[in-house]
Amino acid sequence: MSGASGFSLFKRRNRSIIPGFGLTLGITLTHLTLIVLIPLAALMIRPWDIGLSGFWHQVTETRVLAALRLSFGAAFVAAAINAVFGLAVAWMLVRYDFWGKRVVDAIVDLPFALPTAVAGIALTSLYAPNGWVGQYLDPLGIKVAYTPLGVVVALTFIGLPFVVRTVQPVLEELDTELEEAAACLGATRFETFIRVIFPVIFPALLTGFALALARAVGEYGSVIFIAGNMPMVSEIAPLLIVIKLEQFNYAGAASVGIAMLILSFIMLLVINLLQRWSRRWAGV
Amino acid sequence: MKWFKRVAITTAALVGLAVSPVWGSGQILNVSYDPTRELYKEFNAAFAKHWKATTGEDIEIKASHGGSGKQARSVIDGLDADVVTLALASDIDAIAENTDLLSKQWQAKLPYNSTPYTSTIVFLVRKGNPKAIKDWDDLIKPGIQVITPNPKTSGGARWNYLAAWGYAADKAGGSDAAGKDFVAKLFRNVPVLDTGARGSTTTFVQRGIGDVLLAWENEAFLAINELGADKLEIVVPSVSILAEPPVAVLDKNVDRKGTRKVAEAYLTYLYTPEGQEIAAKNYYRPRLPALAQKYATQFPNIKLFDITKFGGWATAQKTHFADGGVFDEIYKPGQ
Amino acid sequence: MSGHAPKSRVTVAEPGWVKALIMLAGLGFLGFFILLPLAAVFTEALRRGLGAYFEALVEPDALAAIKLTLLVAVIAVPVNVVFGVAAAWAIAKHKFPGKSLLLTLIDLPFSVSPVISGLVYVLLFGAHGLMGPFLREHGVQIVFAVPGLVLATMFITFPFVARELIPLMQAQGVDEEEAAITLGASGWQTFRRVTLPNIRWGLLYGVLLCNARAMGEFGAVSVVSGHIRGETNTMPLHVEILYNEYNFVAAFAVASLLAILALVTLVAKSLLEWRHGAELAATARRH
Repeated sequence: MSGASGFSLFKRRNRSIIPGFGLTLGITLTHLTLIVLIPLAALMIRPWDIGLSGFWHQVTETRVLAALRLSFGAAFVAAAINAVFGLAVAWMLVRYDFWGKRVVDAIVDLPFALPTAVAGIALTSLYAPNGWVGQYLDPLGIKVAYTPLGVVVALTFIGLPFVVRTVQPVLEELDTELEEAAACLGATRFETFIRVIFPVIFPALLTGFALALARAVGEYGSVIFIAGNMPMVSEIAPLLIVIKLEQFNYAGAASVGIAMLILSFIMLLVINLLQRWSRRWAGV
Repeated sequence: MKWFKRVAITTAALVGLAVSPVWGSGQILNVSYDPTRELYKEFNAAFAKHWKATTGEDIEIKASHGGSGKQARSVIDGLDADVVTLALASDIDAIAENTDLLSKQWQAKLPYNSTPYTSTIVFLVRKGNPKAIKDWDDLIKPGIQVITPNPKTSGGARWNYLAAWGYAADKAGGSDAAGKDFVAKLFRNVPVLDTGARGSTTTFVQRGIGDVLLAWENEAFLAINELGADKLEIVVPSVSILAEPPVAVLDKNVDRKGTRKVAEAYLTYLYTPEGQEIAAKNYYRPRLPALAQKYATQFPNIKLFDITKFGGWATAQKTHFADGGVFDEIYKPGQ
Repeated sequence: MSGHAPKSRVTVAEPGWVKALIMLAGLGFLGFFILLPLAAVFTEALRRGLGAYFEALVEPDALAAIKLTLLVAVIAVPVNVVFGVAAAWAIAKHKFPGKSLLLTLIDLPFSVSPVISGLVYVLLFGAHGLMGPFLREHGVQIVFAVPGLVLATMFITFPFVARELIPLMQAQGVDEEEAAITLGASGWQTFRRVTLPNIRWGLLYGVLLCNARAMGEFGAVSVVSGHIRGETNTMPLHVEILYNEYNFVAAFAVASLLAILALVTLVAKSLLEWRHGAELAATARRH
């Protein structure tokens, strides 16, 4: 494994007798480099045309800031909605028996598989003022399609499976003896949930939240149909990238792209660390 | 160096894949904008037949449609087009400026500023015209919702914007300041800004948003045909802009692929009576006087001004639509 | 205590009204966000009856889009499977510094906007990209052709298999592999005879999700496709085109085909879970 010598630093620390470390890490890093890192590097290089001050100017433009605020804000709200309702869904699927449970369980993954453009078109036709749902909301003064609320709806849809699928297996593994013990010691059901169950599922919930958030921040296909795309109001950051591209402003587009990338990366890293910390704290 | 080999094999595989879709000379690619789908579907079939009859060669014409600016960018980034047929001259200018695919004087190469057909901007309203919209002035009244795509991303929307501006500037006592003020008020009445002309039509017709849609004349006709004459009607304003969607051969691409002859014949065919007839049938205003006469009843008579009013597309683009231009200045919703 | 057992089972359940509330929240949420959109797709697709529905699917451009989508998936998915297995082996069966960073990097495509993942390949391989002039000289077309679509799809589906396998293989530990190695098996034999049987269902699950996402991707392929009818339009792009041509029935028909594809995938996955519940329970634990 001549190629593995490059990873001797790693090798020294690796005391496993299982072979193939060099080979597999090599494949991993090669593929990661070719498909992800080099192309992203091409993105990083582009804004140098306009220099650091140009980059700063591009990303601090009020319209860009508004778009970033909307993308991250709506993604955060959507992920929070998913955390609450996803937990309910996971709980329902693990703890209760009801007719059609298997089907319900299967369709949770649908947003992973349904093309985002299709989801966007379908959601818009539902929530437009003359749509199936919109026609009942409109008289109440609630406008979903073509407002930031529409963005939240689309982002909630695409992030839906993440929380369910991360919390569900942890709930399944959770030993009910602990709950029984808590109950025997006089804890109410609510106290048991807060003190016993929640700490155990919290890391998974956090992971699901993070994944839903990360996925939602960059979403494009489903959002543009439902958002209304008004600058400063319902214009998401990825759309702004597309708009800048169409004006042949590559450096500007890449600048916004990099800003999003950096924010997402920091977010993921923080949540990964937070999760590790909470896992330790929960003693899992 | 096993790794090197692995990388080399992967690369070779990718390259092998890449070589496969090279265009044959029996094929040309027309990169066009959204509202021309129906026009070129019919025209391509007619031209293929014509080409077969005159040269005996088979030709397949591939078409790509999308927002005009997006299509221009794709060509700049290497989409291997033989001809471009876009919504406005500034998009082809952008190709000439950013690449060496065609000369900067491309617009002088074909008759009528390289625009074989024209169009204009009209209003589409709901059946019976419930908000009594007659002319541009009605669009800026409070409570009227106007649907137009985003001028930043849509060629059609730029024509909309300039038509409105031109109307206000030309009115008795009008000026550039009046034009600016008018357009600012107009866009304050826009509740949804789609990225392209087709998106706006869908928003207006399918979703029932807005009172009036600013649209290409051909799009308005098509929308009535496709989506229901019982739901919509066209309102013709007193004045509008002469919209000239230009065409051009991409010299460098056709020379490399050896498709110059057919590509040039393709665009020239647009100027023949046959080509003009197809354009007219698809609601584009034909250039040839004979055809214009024949279809005169189809197209309402509107007083038209053209882009020279704004100093040509290069100037209009820079003044109005570039980042930090007039549109950015006047259009600030949510503030 | 045995006499108390039935009673204690009762105490770990919620009161009836809480249960009802949770069920209502869960089912209502899924109904609004999943069933309704799905119903909307099929209603629109079948608006003009089955005839129009099938006509839309056998139209030449639709068939070309279906073929292209399959071709892209057939190339992108296996490559990501090899990568996913390799990454899981390296990460789950070995210890090395920088593991957290590597995991975050593997997650990265999840959080990169699809638009950006298309854009990066244009910046790299486009006519004005870093490698553009070189490729041009050699007559190689990557963006606006099949290779660009494959690359963008690979980027988007990059984490799926790895993400599925890493937690599974971590949970299974290294004991079995170590035993096999100690008994004289080679690395490859160990993988094939010991590890692979343990992870096969998880692997299949990952492949199914990866495949579904590969076929449904829109944003990234939209940037690199060039939208040439019958040539570089995948199914999701074809849906958009039909929709833009006011051909709503055909648009939703092709969309429903994608939805059916997704549903079949999910049912297959669900069947797997049902038959191999225990193995898969560990699979889904993602961290």
